[in-house]
Amino acid sequence: MSYTVIVGLEVHVQLLTKSKIFCGCSTEFNPDHPNVQTCPVCLGLPGSLPVMNRRAFELSLKTAMSLNCQIAPFTKWDRKQYYYPDLPKGYQISQYDLPFSLDGFLEVEVDPTEGTTRRVGIIRAHLEEDAGKNLHDETGHGTDSQVDLNRAGTPLLEIVSQPDLRSAAECKRYLEELRLLLTYLGVSDCNMAEGSLRCDANVNLHVHQPDGQDIPTPIVEIKNLNSFRNVELSLEYEIKRQFEEWQKTGKRLGEVSKETRGWDAARGATFAQRGKEEASDYRYFPDPDLVPVTVTEEELDRIRESLGEFPADRRKRFKEGYLLSNYDAAVIVDQGAELASYYEEVALGCGDAKQAANWVTQDILREMKERNLTIGQFPIRQPVLIALLGKINTKAITIKSAREIFVDLLTEGLEGKPIEPSRIDELVASKGLALVFDVVELDAVIAKIVDKNPKAVADFKSGKQAAVGALIGQVMKEVKGADPQRVRQMLVEKLSQ
Amino acid sequence: MATQLTRADVQKVALLGRLKLSDAELEAYTQSLGNIIGYVERLNEVNTDDVEPMVHAVELSNVFRADEVRPSLPRADALANAPKSERGFFLVPQILDER
Ligand SMILES: [Zn+2]
Repeated sequence: MSYTVIVGLEVHVQLLTKSKIFCGCSTEFNPDHPNVQTCPVCLGLPGSLPVMNRRAFELSLKTAMSLNCQIAPFTKWDRKQYYYPDLPKGYQISQYDLPFSLDGFLEVEVDPTEGTTRRVGIIRAHLEEDAGKNLHDETGHGTDSQVDLNRAGTPLLEIVSQPDLRSAAECKRYLEELRLLLTYLGVSDCNMAEGSLRCDANVNLHVHQPDGQDIPTPIVEIKNLNSFRNVELSLEYEIKRQFEEWQKTGKRLGEVSKETRGWDAARGATFAQRGKEEASDYRYFPDPDLVPVTVTEEELDRIRESLGEFPADRRKRFKEGYLLSNYDAAVIVDQGAELASYYEEVALGCGDAKQAANWVTQDILREMKERNLTIGQFPIRQPVLIALLGKINTKAITIKSAREIFVDLLTEGLEGKPIEPSRIDELVASKGLALVFDVVELDAVIAKIVDKNPKAVADFKSGKQAAVGALIGQVMKEVKGADPQRVRQMLVEKLSQ
Repeated sequence: MATQLTRADVQKVALLGRLKLSDAELEAYTQSLGNIIGYVERLNEVNTDDVEPMVHAVELSNVFRADEVRPSLPRADALANAPKSERGFFLVPQILDER
């Protein structure tokens, strides 16, 4: 029996504002100093009034437009009522029936090597406030729980996808693409360790029957997934669990109420949580403390102009403009806007886009990873790499020599020395790496080596082609930086005389 | 069309509002809330076919503030009304059930 996996994701992303959504408290991540970023508004004290942060709304518009959403000309905020210690007002200010955006999509490259994409529908994106943070006693001795409200009131964008995702791996790809887009736009840092991006997954199966019918299993929501890895692992687990459950009970969608489950990363399993309150139980109603927002076409145009290039367009441009493979284009663009711009500057500067791609995707990414550096911290800046690759292109040095110089430059740069393009010339000279074009000099050395090695010469003449290898090595030893291809050619000519 | 408020409705609302009502209170509130709803329901007699839905009583829109950080409360002030606090945290009875 086979089945199709149906997943929709709800992503909560913290927006990069300086202050909270409805008050002037800082949004800085500050877990070591609890409750120092609060005020009467975000503490929910009586008589306080929220006022919307303009930047939070603009960043939300920017994101929704980039997700191809329809922007509502009129939007409002509602109160979602529930009790939890991290929610001091007893309600969360969110958006219910008139969210600011609806009905978009995100193109996701599900297979970067092949460049195959899937269009994942976006049901809506709405702007709300984050709750505070509860810290539970891990010992379980029945002591109190601690509440830190520094985070309460941080602007949060909730992005709800259509149930268009068909596997755990596709979900991971969707999240990676979404995160890349959000960081390209500069609307969020998407730092999962600091909780800037969190995810809930709604999942069920459509079990295929012999008669061609599909039976949907009950929908389960997995809450509070805080890493892409956990999204993938929890879905893999849950898909298996639901299929086993269906085989055991035969329960289909509608026969049991929607279940909420958590993810226990240590055990590698999902576990049942209390039933989710029905939407009507949240008793949403328009927040009387906030006024609605209308958006004009002019404002949308202004934001549209500020959007910049999206990752998907950049990949396409790199493939078409620089003739990069799907794989190279994806690797470069997916590292973020800063690395992609670095690459592009080097490609244009050295005039060999493929060579530039090789260096960026291999040498630079490897060193960044090993040394835990961002491209911004990488000591070999664009003009220096351009000069280095230029030396290869003009055949002034070999690729092997360039790699040697690259490592030297990197080491010096990490020691704090300023690295200028002129340093390359100094290294080429001091290490004797310049390719020798002086045929006369090369000729003299070859003549000398041939004289010193009568046995190898005899071997070659009797048909042992391999004998030439030892001679090349000796010539190269004397004339550092000689082009081995050229040396071979000249040697063979000499021996064939 | 008048909807009849039942005891069960009031019980549910009380539960959602975390209110514990005695039997007598439940009886009284079913009566008085029912009266209020009946009173408001008279609005259904008005023909609103050509009236735009209203979401706010104040005719204002687009009230924003700039994204600027202002000083927060000193922590001691923030915690001043808390029944219990410790090392800078609000303390609440242990939360057993994670959302
Ligand atoms: Zn505040």
